[in-house]
Amino acid sequence: MASGVAAQPQPTHLLEVERVTKRFITNEGAITAVDDISFSIAPGEFVSIIGPSGCGKSTLFNIIGGLIGDYEGRVTVAGEIVSGTHPAIGMVFQEESTFPWRTVLENVAFPLEVAGIPRQRRLERAEHFVSMVGLSGFGRRFPAELSGGMRQRVALARTLASEPRILLMDEPFAALDEQTRLLLGDKVLQIQQELKQTTLLITHNLTEAVQLSDRVLVMTYRPGRLKRVVGINLPHPRDSEVVSSDAFGHYVAEIWQDLREEASRGIRDDESRVLQAGAKR
Amino acid sequence: MTLKAWARSRGGARVLGAVTVVALIAGVEALIRAGFINRFIVPLPSQILAAIPRIIVEENVLHRFWQTAQEILWASLLLAAVGISLGALLHRFRILRLACETWVAALAAAPIVLMYPLFLVIFGRSATTIVMIGFAAGLAPVILKTVEGLSGTRRVLIDVGRSFRLSPAQQFWKILLPAALPSVFVGLKLGLIFAMINIVGVEFLINFGGLGQLINELAERYDLPGTYGAICFVILASIVFFDVTERLERWLRPSE
Repeated sequence: MASGVAAQPQPTHLLEVERVTKRFITNEGAITAVDDISFSIAPGEFVSIIGPSGCGKSTLFNIIGGLIGDYEGRVTVAGEIVSGTHPAIGMVFQEESTFPWRTVLENVAFPLEVAGIPRQRRLERAEHFVSMVGLSGFGRRFPAELSGGMRQRVALARTLASEPRILLMDEPFAALDEQTRLLLGDKVLQIQQELKQTTLLITHNLTEAVQLSDRVLVMTYRPGRLKRVVGINLPHPRDSEVVSSDAFGHYVAEIWQDLREEASRGIRDDESRVLQAGAKR
Repeated sequence: MTLKAWARSRGGARVLGAVTVVALIAGVEALIRAGFINRFIVPLPSQILAAIPRIIVEENVLHRFWQTAQEILWASLLLAAVGISLGALLHRFRILRLACETWVAALAAAPIVLMYPLFLVIFGRSATTIVMIGFAAGLAPVILKTVEGLSGTRRVLIDVGRSFRLSPAQQFWKILLPAALPSVFVGLKLGLIFAMINIVGVEFLINFGGLGQLINELAERYDLPGTYGAICFVILASIVFFDVTERLERWLRPSE
């Protein structure tokens, strides 16, 4: 990881991403997944990153979470450079990530178990987070007995149980239907407001981004750069009813203007790649 | 519970299984009595049933059953300890896996029982020889299925472990191994089958130990009902060990 940037982290910012660039070497040469991305998040802020498929959102998620190294630029948490996974960052993944061999309660207690907290105490703590995500009464169930939305709430509770300073989420509700997604958005907002949880959400869903965020960062299609930052000045506390307001529609339209162009580029790029692959055959 | 629901339940399946076995035995009895099967080669099932109390009293079959069960138990413990450890090692070091996996797969097909003279030379005419042949015969599937299970762990579960900053040992014990358990148990069950066949086979061949030796002696005396009766105890040993393995799996993976 190179650190060619001299700027000192601002004390008001909990997370700083400074000039991050990541290239992957493939059979077709080097591909720049994210290019010179910089932004910061203040404590308690909810920021979403939105972009078309293939814009490097998940790469950025993995870089900030410390799962991918060997990139240019730097990521800092409260001024401390992140190299590898960082205890202040809790991650919620896009894919279903609960442990199928553990009950809901045991899943949520997992980070406490790793931290060496005695069983009784960790289960009591886990109960608290299980009820926070609205799953009281399901503690002894196994993930296979739950719906997709419930399993994602278990994953969220598990991450919250580690009490991260920054909650990092990669399209956690992508596999859910729109109604469930909106209602889970309410739950996330409620928790975020209750815990004053600094949150970075990676998403490709416009409604979700505007519903939940204080700021939305719009990314370009490959290579992923920051195209625009949109501040969302909708009143707090918010819930899913906000989606029917005029202001909400205005923000969605505004972001869609930027996103549409990038999504169209993505589709054209996909088509030309398919055609090229066909021609090679 | 309605009859339809009962028929679909676990209890229903058990009753159906038992009825099928009884029907098959009754069918064989009928075929022998009707002269379709030579009764000097295959004794009547009723004669076999009648021979069981006799071999329990006269041939000390329960003691022999216990001897064979102990050999199977030791072979199983060795299979679990060594097989899973070797599988984990092959999974951890890619170079080892690339170098050895084909050889391990070849070992699964090797007729290890034919190497019993070599084992006799090394371990003598003892229970150790029998246990070691059973262990060697069952090792390959345990290793292969352990490697398969560990390699098949979903990437996201490993990433969850990384995000919680698990040490490599915690990553193995708390994520990789539990995730691989269904596949590991398939390997253990296969290994157990190979081990049991070989244990009883070697007992028979070297005329030493438990049920295999008894089968040998009864066959030498041309006591066919007694021979088949002793084979019933081998089947009983197989059922007991399979049941224990399944209970162990359910205990370790209650969600399955």
